[in-house]
Amino acid sequence: MTQNPDKNAARQIHPLEDLVRTDRLPHIWCPGCGIGSVFTSCLSAVKKTGIPYNQFTMVSGIGCSGRGAGYINIDSFHTTHGRAIPFATGIKMARPDLNVIVFSGDGDLFAIGGNHFIHAARRNMDITVICVNNLTYGMTGGQAAATTPHLAKSSTTTIGNPENPFNLPFIAYASGATYVARWTMLHARDLADAVEDCLLRKGFSFIEVLSPCPINFGRRNKEKSLETLRKYHENTIIKNDANPAELDIDYSKGVILGKFVDIDKPSHDERYKSIYWPEEED
Amino acid sequence: MKKAVLTGEHFINGDVACAEGAIAAGCRFFGGYPITPATEVAEHISVRLPQVGGTFIQMEDEIAAMTSILGGAWTGVKTMTSTSGPGFSLMMETVGLAVVTETPCVIVNVQRGGPSTGLPTMGGQADMMQAKWGSHGDYEIIALAPSSPQEMFDLTITAFNLSEKYRTPVFIMSDEIVGHMSEKVVIPDPKKIKTISRPKPAGKKDRFKLYKPGPNGVAPMPSIGEGYNIHVTGLTHDEKGYPVMSVETQKEMMDRLLGKIRNNLDDIIMTEGYKLEDAEIVIVSYGVSARTSFTAVDTARKMGIKAGLLRLITVWPFPEKLIEKLSKKIKGFVTVEINMGQICREVQRCAGGRVPSYLAGHAGGTIITPDEVLKVLTEEAF
Repeated sequence: MTQNPDKNAARQIHPLEDLVRTDRLPHIWCPGCGIGSVFTSCLSAVKKTGIPYNQFTMVSGIGCSGRGAGYINIDSFHTTHGRAIPFATGIKMARPDLNVIVFSGDGDLFAIGGNHFIHAARRNMDITVICVNNLTYGMTGGQAAATTPHLAKSSTTTIGNPENPFNLPFIAYASGATYVARWTMLHARDLADAVEDCLLRKGFSFIEVLSPCPINFGRRNKEKSLETLRKYHENTIIKNDANPAELDIDYSKGVILGKFVDIDKPSHDERYKSIYWPEEED
Repeated sequence: MKKAVLTGEHFINGDVACAEGAIAAGCRFFGGYPITPATEVAEHISVRLPQVGGTFIQMEDEIAAMTSILGGAWTGVKTMTSTSGPGFSLMMETVGLAVVTETPCVIVNVQRGGPSTGLPTMGGQADMMQAKWGSHGDYEIIALAPSSPQEMFDLTITAFNLSEKYRTPVFIMSDEIVGHMSEKVVIPDPKKIKTISRPKPAGKKDRFKLYKPGPNGVAPMPSIGEGYNIHVTGLTHDEKGYPVMSVETQKEMMDRLLGKIRNNLDDIIMTEGYKLEDAEIVIVSYGVSARTSFTAVDTARKMGIKAGLLRLITVWPFPEKLIEKLSKKIKGFVTVEINMGQICREVQRCAGGRVPSYLAGHAGGTIITPDEVLKVLTEEAF
């Protein structure tokens, strides 16, 4: 038998209340969407680092995940489609002491923003990029993305996607990212730990997070949100240090999760400082 | 650390003078992408910025360059980028973001012949309308047009000051000829250089409204890390900076954005008059074309034509009232510019059909000679 909560009990404060713009709730994310869980993992990580909140800033591009910047209660920027990374780069270059998080989606970061992603990785720009990958353009209504699986249906590939999707960790690795990981929104704790790792380290960190879009991707591909979660649970394999070339998303073979790359290399701002401001070096 | 203001006389080109002007104005971050004929701005500032504690980055394209200077600006730093026509087009979406988020920054367009790749190493003034209308949506912009390397220095400082004062992107609409022309540039003592920085907020941080305007219609601007927990979005937003999708909020926001420029025209618009007092025909020109026009006015006067010159230093916002006033006491306008009639059309609009307006322009690639201007003056206007 369930009991109603005690009306007179003190109000339970959400553990992340200080990091959420509660005056903006309810959020716009759909029922069954995974972005909220990814966002929660990200906020938990920010909190767990113990770094003062005003040392963080979050930058997003456009789309559903891009709304993340609007809900975090720190200095945050909701920019134009695909441009979160160059905006973050400008912040980092002008204020290298800030901890810069880019929170955005696969459509934003890898189609229109693909060029920026590879160059920021190449430079080892000291930012943390969290990509919520729902395999589609969610907010625009479920068109094909650069991550949509071959033959998957979308509102612009109604018979099936003729293209091949990107292997995101492989792009990140090949471009020079010094931290690359993949989790799903179901692996909330692993994800939060990974984000915390990234926030505490220097260099370009990239985390791909698989997340369902039941309304715009699932519906067209006959996949209910719980089924997607079951796939995340049953058909994923945690394999740290896996070869990035073998990280294609294929649930029939099992999708590999884990931390694939963690290299210590000077970040862009460190290099710039040592070359261009040598007198400031110890 | 080296000096930020290289006081003294220099023989430098317009692009270099612009870079020095930026540093003298307090610019400490530049995100750029090389393009002829603006490259020397980026090259020179890449050397100078680290000498004065600033940073330079060559981004992967003009979109990234423009976006990076907005990120930089929100850390409290004065920022700039430079480009030429094709790069200017790429920047336009982000110019809109700068306008709507009220982010101060300076964008230098050293114009070349177009459309498209056009004449990369040859001059033009055909991006003037793009400067006004290039981004989407309604907005007001400030654009200055330097005529000499000296003005590349001086007006770059002015551009930063206007940008900081009104929290808006400011364009410097130069051209290949001024950019690549070397002349004497006098850099004054730093004490004589007036610099303005954005208004800063004070008071309670928890109830802070990011876009609540001050007395001149401009809201104070905090920086990242100051504890205001700001949210900045390109979506239509209320005074708090939060997205609100409503007709009322859109109107309030647009009134504020347009108003801060439209209500301060006298402070923003700069022009120079030459022999205008008794002029019967007025040449309107700007940038390198204005240099030609001075000679044309003097020659016309010798020929008995009462010509005068109105040089536009600020091109946007356009000096509508001044043109309108002139149109009531003269016989006609001749607009001198290296394009097929962009600002000429604006002059026509303001002349309101009271007097004719002619174009002394050409398709780009070189300057307009005084003879070409005189030809229009004598054959068409008189």
